[in-house]
Amino acid sequence: MSSHDHDHEHEHSVLPGDAALRVKALESLLVEKGLVDPAALDAIIEYYEHKVGPRNGARVVARAWVDPTYKSRLLTDATAAIAELGFSGAQGEHMVVVENTPETHNVVVCTLCSCYPWPVLGLPPAWYKSAAYRARSVIEPRAVLSEFGLELPDDVAVRVWDSTAEIRYMVLPERPAGTEAMTEELLAELVTRDSMIGVARVAAP
Amino acid sequence: MNGVHDMGGMHGFGPIIPEADEPIWHAPWEARMYALARSAGIPGMRQQIERMPPADYLRSSYYEKWLYALVENAIRLGVVTREEVETGKPDPSSPKGTPTLLADQVEDVMNRGRLSTRAVERQPAFQPDDMVRTRNIHPVTHTRLPRFARDKPGIITLLHGAHVYPDSVAQGQGENPQPLYTVEFRARDLWGEAANPRDTVRIDLWEDYLEPA
Repeated sequence: MSSHDHDHEHEHSVLPGDAALRVKALESLLVEKGLVDPAALDAIIEYYEHKVGPRNGARVVARAWVDPTYKSRLLTDATAAIAELGFSGAQGEHMVVVENTPETHNVVVCTLCSCYPWPVLGLPPAWYKSAAYRARSVIEPRAVLSEFGLELPDDVAVRVWDSTAEIRYMVLPERPAGTEAMTEELLAELVTRDSMIGVARVAAP
Repeated sequence: MNGVHDMGGMHGFGPIIPEADEPIWHAPWEARMYALARSAGIPGMRQQIERMPPADYLRSSYYEKWLYALVENAIRLGVVTREEVETGKPDPSSPKGTPTLLADQVEDVMNRGRLSTRAVERQPAFQPDDMVRTRNIHPVTHTRLPRFARDKPGIITLLHGAHVYPDSVAQGQGENPQPLYTVEFRARDLWGEAANPRDTVRIDLWEDYLEPA
């Protein structure tokens, strides 16, 4: 594997060897060359393990469910409304939140890549980045949703958002019946990551 | 480019397989790879991933693609040499660099992100509810107009202001910021009569992709 001639027009694999070893070697090279601060790597990992994730999005959804004026701000300027709860940043600089209703079901995909709203949902699950999801969501969204256990009647319109630009989309799922008496905190616990991508509904408690 | 990354509408990839209680990373090296790419400050990752030979693209994991792209871009930009990557040792004659991101800057930089909006004089050519048609173009370079949505009728549903135009940036021709729209396509216009007549696909498209209908 070490003797390849680095011409990428040729046919052999451009991915030799063990990724774990290669990443380790690349990290030490970039650190030794003074280009990367290893403590910054630790801080980035810490940030994405603990500061962002779908709990952030769930808080946004729960707030929108209990506060109609917040919901209205969320649906007109999502970036600002989400920042009110303290969430902002990379891959969420330009947010749009789309509301599921009894008539319209929204679902988000990135067919070209893996674009995903990190500040509110964290890093995407592997299935979201998979060829199957990227290929199929736009051409057969109902079949895809059905694999997630969501069967939609024909008279519900499916609206697929293919996030090709720097706009990042999050779905505001429908509030389930029977949750009228629940607090915002308890409501947030009901909200799943998949419901904010649009491949699931929020189940009643 | 009409690459294998442009997957919308392809068949044959099988079922979607969600993983219960999926961890953020599947191995420690994935976390290191993610963090390396975020901290190295090397642009053009996405375009480089798209230039991967198609067979490699399809059989590589997500972070293997990142590894490939970071190495190739760092070499192309002269940040490292291929020999350094293969040996893992800096060339003794190479100058010592300065990290683009320090640990105490991380939280602020991540929280801030980077805006792709720009103030421009150019007025949007279209408004919500305008009928448009996507251009029938097949650039060999980076583009965000998916193949399945070329030469199709659509309707403007949202105007997002002017955003940096990635097609131009990828060719080293500057940001060329221009109006960005969400365009709605009827599923039947994209996929034929088998699609549900109520269903739609909405795609974010820059003005240069669009013509009046």
